Amino acid sequence: MREPLIRFTDVNFIYAKAHGGEGLAALKDVNLDIFEGEFVAVLGHNGSGKSTLAKHVNALLTPTSGQVIVDGLDTVDQEKVWEIRQKVGMVFQNPDNQLVATTVEEDVAFGPENLGVPSLEIQSRVTSSLEAVGMLSYRLHSPHQLSGGQKQRVAIAGVISMLPKCIVLDEPTAMLDPNGRSEVMSTIHSLNREKGITVLHITHHMDEVIGADRVIVMDEGRIVLQGTPREVFSQVELLRSLHLDVPQVTDLAERLRKRGFEIPQGTLTVNEMVMLLCPSD
Amino acid sequence: MLRSVTIGQHIPGDSLIHRLDPRTKILSSIVLIVLLFVVKGFIGYGLVALGIALVVRASNIPLRFVLRGVRPLMVILVFTLTLHLFMTDGRIIFQIWFLKVTWEGLIRGLMMGTRLLLLIIGTSMLTLTTSPMQLTDGIETLLRPGKKIGIPAHELAMMMTIALRFIPTLLEETEKIMKAQMARGADFQSGGITQRAKSLIPLLVPLFVNAFRRADDLAIAMEARGYRGGEGRTKLRELKFQRSDMMALGFVLAFALVVGAFF
Amino acid sequence: MSIRLENVFFSYLEGTPTNQAALRNVSLEIEDGEFVGLIGPTGSGKSTLIQHFNGLLKPDSGKVFVDGVDLTLKDTQLRLIRQKVGMVFQYPEHQLFGETVLEDVGFGPRNGGLSEEEIVKRVREALAYVGLDYEVLKDQSPFELSGGQKRRVAIAGVLAMRPSVLVLDEPTAGLDPAGREEILAEIKQLHDEGGITVVLVTHSMEDVARFADRLIVMEQGTIALDGTPLEVFGQAGRLKDMGLGVPEITELMYELKAHGLDVDTEILTVAEAEAEIIRVMGWGCQK
Repeated sequence: MREPLIRFTDVNFIYAKAHGGEGLAALKDVNLDIFEGEFVAVLGHNGSGKSTLAKHVNALLTPTSGQVIVDGLDTVDQEKVWEIRQKVGMVFQNPDNQLVATTVEEDVAFGPENLGVPSLEIQSRVTSSLEAVGMLSYRLHSPHQLSGGQKQRVAIAGVISMLPKCIVLDEPTAMLDPNGRSEVMSTIHSLNREKGITVLHITHHMDEVIGADRVIVMDEGRIVLQGTPREVFSQVELLRSLHLDVPQVTDLAERLRKRGFEIPQGTLTVNEMVMLLCPSD
Repeated sequence: MLRSVTIGQHIPGDSLIHRLDPRTKILSSIVLIVLLFVVKGFIGYGLVALGIALVVRASNIPLRFVLRGVRPLMVILVFTLTLHLFMTDGRIIFQIWFLKVTWEGLIRGLMMGTRLLLLIIGTSMLTLTTSPMQLTDGIETLLRPGKKIGIPAHELAMMMTIALRFIPTLLEETEKIMKAQMARGADFQSGGITQRAKSLIPLLVPLFVNAFRRADDLAIAMEARGYRGGEGRTKLRELKFQRSDMMALGFVLAFALVVGAFF
Repeated sequence: MSIRLENVFFSYLEGTPTNQAALRNVSLEIEDGEFVGLIGPTGSGKSTLIQHFNGLLKPDSGKVFVDGVDLTLKDTQLRLIRQKVGMVFQYPEHQLFGETVLEDVGFGPRNGGLSEEEIVKRVREALAYVGLDYEVLKDQSPFELSGGQKRRVAIAGVLAMRPSVLVLDEPTAGLDPAGREEILAEIKQLHDEGGITVVLVTHSMEDVARFADRLIVMEQGTIALDGTPLEVFGQAGRLKDMGLGVPEITELMYELKAHGLDVDTEILTVAEAEAEIIRVMGWGCQK
């Protein structure tokens, strides 16, 4: 049995309320294992605790009770926080508010600079990171000249230049247009497939979840559903009650199945549906 | 529109001067400033002007851009000239009513004016040939030894970098907020000073609130990438003096010493 | 009350070498009571176009008429126009500034020169439209509200002017599915019950299919397609070339038809698709 890269054990987190009194319980009894190389998607409506979960992985937050272990390191250990942040990189929602330098290459260099990596090595990491996200030709551009999707790709490059084992992306596409969204999604999938980087993708967009290895659905701070995308999507009613949506095709599949059609659970794409309904050509 | 604002006067180029290390240019500017106060006569100023002219030529920057920097300061130049012209005692050249123009005044005025002019043009060459980011790097590297006496070189540089990074973004945001408020009937243009100042509230409050929010987000993102201050940080590219820098500095110093000592 | 553009040309940075034509020969008319969806790839000119509706931008050439008034004339009172054509920009909560919700939402009516009494009335009404309670919120600072509430307050700020036309630039940007549904339902209600003309700039074909009765597609500064959603979706190939799609369910029907199933492709919702597939294939049977 492999050891997980990230393990949450009985994690509870309560946001302290500003003027005393009972805090907001954002995570309740969370138990979760994430293994190296996985692409895990975390789904949930706003307030479900998914962002709070994400911030526990790189020690931006530490549990009120319970434990989070990252690659053998406890997130509560102050001494190890910086090591944890090298192993687990994080990309945030607002593309602008993560880029700190005046040119793309300077920003991608920021992480390695903080780690004290020697200059020459930083230069080669910057080049390979930008290449991996398809932004090498933009290395001398200023951030404000880039589109949202491009900024997020630069942010991703800025994280992988630290050579992490895992990237956590907290709703990275929330502020992007459809083109930007697909740029970012294809980038993180290729990083996962080709470089073996573990991905934890937080989102409320159903279509972004389809390509994941595993989907975790959260509500009110708890994990309420877990499984492959197919398994999760077949629970149309449950997802609806959690204020989540299902892709139109999945919705149709469920309706037709209720009417007696033989459609397997969790049909996800237009192509699948076409194959099922139409006589084989 | 507002997006195309160039920060400072920097004009990109590939001349000899452009390629010099920013520290060379900063130090040369300091030497120039000192020299202009040490020089005694017109011959001295003339030599300095010649030196500056050579630099302008070497930078390939058209004269009109160089002189553009002088325009905003024309008022001060004229004021200085006039002040010295009328306020200095000495041999009177001519007199209008109670205003006397003296020979000494004329000399003084012209000298002060020339000094100011050369100062402006000389330091303009610094900002014309060096990008704001290069200037920041140059200043940080020069101030680094100062850490021992408490100068926060890294922090200053970090602040400058972030400011430079966000200026275009904030300009865009200003435009957006203005439009949104105008769409609700806001009028930023009519009325007297008090009214116009008041009308800026729906623009400034959101700008500030958003700026603080950005700062918050940015700080968290920086920490997530391992930022914990300047200790132990390396740089993507360290500034390195080249032979051309050593030579340039050599020339500048030699020139300054000779002109300063004899003229 | 209609909006009419005649041969409008506009570019940013006119007269400079980096001149880019943002609008090229755009003519259109939006009639009273329409619900128009405005779609196009980023950079196609949607944002530039809507800013011509309330005079935030003026054409380099061509004319813009709002309710018969020519906006291109120098002395046109734009303030009045802006009360009639309300505009909600993206992430409107970033423009909040008032000390209280009342002050912020009342900004529009105040600029319109209304009495204090009338302003309170309008604010109360506008907040109700977005599902917020005036009595509870009126003295609160807008900055202490939740994200969703902030957005609603910002939208109320535009509604308080009682505009005849409401232009919204991606009002659901950044919201989760529940949030999106609520805002869209409120907009629909304003259109159906309040008789307000709506122009909705969006990237979601699904949203357009559900709510709009007219769809304008922009490409590189011109209007590429203009018609009912069904008419426009019929041009799936053209849309694809532009980098746009059709609602997933509509795409499915087209694919099924292409594979030999004789289904009606004029389908906009899942329910319609269900009904149509059953009609063609019979209950519970599968070829």
